Amino acid sequence: MLSADSDIELQLLIEAIYRKYHYDFRCYAPASLKRRVTAAMARLNCHSYSQLQHRVLHEPAAFPELLDHLTVPVSEMFRDPSYFHSLRAAVIPVLRTYPSLKVWVAGCGTGEEVYSLAILLREEGLLGRTLIYATDINPQTLQKAATGVYDVQRIPSFTENHRRSGARSSLSEYYTAAYGRAVFDKSLRKHIVFSDHSLATDSVFAEVQLVSCRNVLIYFNRDLQDRAIGLFRDALCRKGFLGIGSKESLRFSAHTDAFSDLIAADRIYQRRDPP
Amino acid sequence: MKGAALSGGRIDAVVIGASAGGIEALSVLLPALQPNMVVAFFVVLHVPRERPSLLVEIFQRRCALPVREPEDKEPVAPGTVYFSPPDYHMLVEKERRIALSADEPVHFSRPSIDVLFESAADAYAERLLGVILTGANQDGASGLEAIHRAGGVTVVQEPESALMPFMTLSALQRAPADHVLSLERIADLLRTLAGPVPASEAQSAPQ
Repeated sequence: MLSADSDIELQLLIEAIYRKYHYDFRCYAPASLKRRVTAAMARLNCHSYSQLQHRVLHEPAAFPELLDHLTVPVSEMFRDPSYFHSLRAAVIPVLRTYPSLKVWVAGCGTGEEVYSLAILLREEGLLGRTLIYATDINPQTLQKAATGVYDVQRIPSFTENHRRSGARSSLSEYYTAAYGRAVFDKSLRKHIVFSDHSLATDSVFAEVQLVSCRNVLIYFNRDLQDRAIGLFRDALCRKGFLGIGSKESLRFSAHTDAFSDLIAADRIYQRRDPP
Repeated sequence: MKGAALSGGRIDAVVIGASAGGIEALSVLLPALQPNMVVAFFVVLHVPRERPSLLVEIFQRRCALPVREPEDKEPVAPGTVYFSPPDYHMLVEKERRIALSADEPVHFSRPSIDVLFESAADAYAERLLGVILTGANQDGASGLEAIHRAGGVTVVQEPESALMPFMTLSALQRAPADHVLSLERIADLLRTLAGPVPASEAQSAPQ
């Protein structure tokens, strides 16, 4: 099949998903979206994007399965320990000055980053006055995130990352391991609200002091990146903080002037006052 | 057609994939690049993910072209060597920007050679050259096939000259290679294909 033809089919599939289910992948970065859809096609036993489109439109059960393939990013707790180290050093001292705190983890996936931040805030004595909004577009992923259950085989690397993030306690204080699974402490969960939210189609829902959105923007094209970064700017309070992935950048964004570098190496920015 | 066009101006980009033994192989190829080269080079080398990458530092000292780890959505600059950042896949978009992804490993690898090669085949079609070097993994074979299907030039290091021949053999099994060469000959080929358009050809171009 000519690749131009399959590109048309892929665009039609994405359009069909948008019209029927209102999930908007039209502004996702095309190269990795194509890889994800192609991988999903094989798992759903389809031979072409058109066949997948047919199934998605006519079999209600097929869409959630496809959505899982399109959205689940693989993350880990305290990924890039130096990011969390810098949060402790440069952001936490400012957050301490607020009587109450709101944090937004955008595109939280299965929750690894959310629990990492909750643990960090507890270690710094701030979790008690914090509410963390954890949002994602995939309801199944959010459910999984809300359970706070991870394969126990992943714990050693989580523990090592946590240690390198400047830990003030042992990670083992925050989970119970049994039957091959590690269940994270329900008392962390009390400070987290998991909610369905799309950076592509929804708007700002709260004023927050910190937005953490790492390795989510890489899946967006530049228009959608601009939309998302605009939401973060509008959600952040005066001099609020934004953390993004270690290879993501505000350099190519329309909103680059809305932020100043705080810790450039760890991609932590601070909202500038509007002129 | 392909054989006739083996000169500068034939391609816009070169993708290179290597695994075990790759640092040594790249130490032959990258120093052979010349400052007047006008194509972009993308390199995936499998490295242990927990170690911060020193590749840029190592190769910048030995390479006449700028060597860097790209940021997401960075525009592709001709005459630059891009190393995939550790623990990310590196892809090229059709608008000639670099995109990164943290999707699951492919062939136990992130970055994966297949991911780079397949996206670059989409982005550059016949104006791409792909090189598979030494390695003990089958990553890259399906990517090289994609480059072949898109009309690009496929190059595989001679298995007998590779420190670990498995990756080159897997690639040869999967995709027809236009050239199977020693590292020195691959360096020669890159100097020819990735250099500026020869003056004679530029002059004889149709008005």
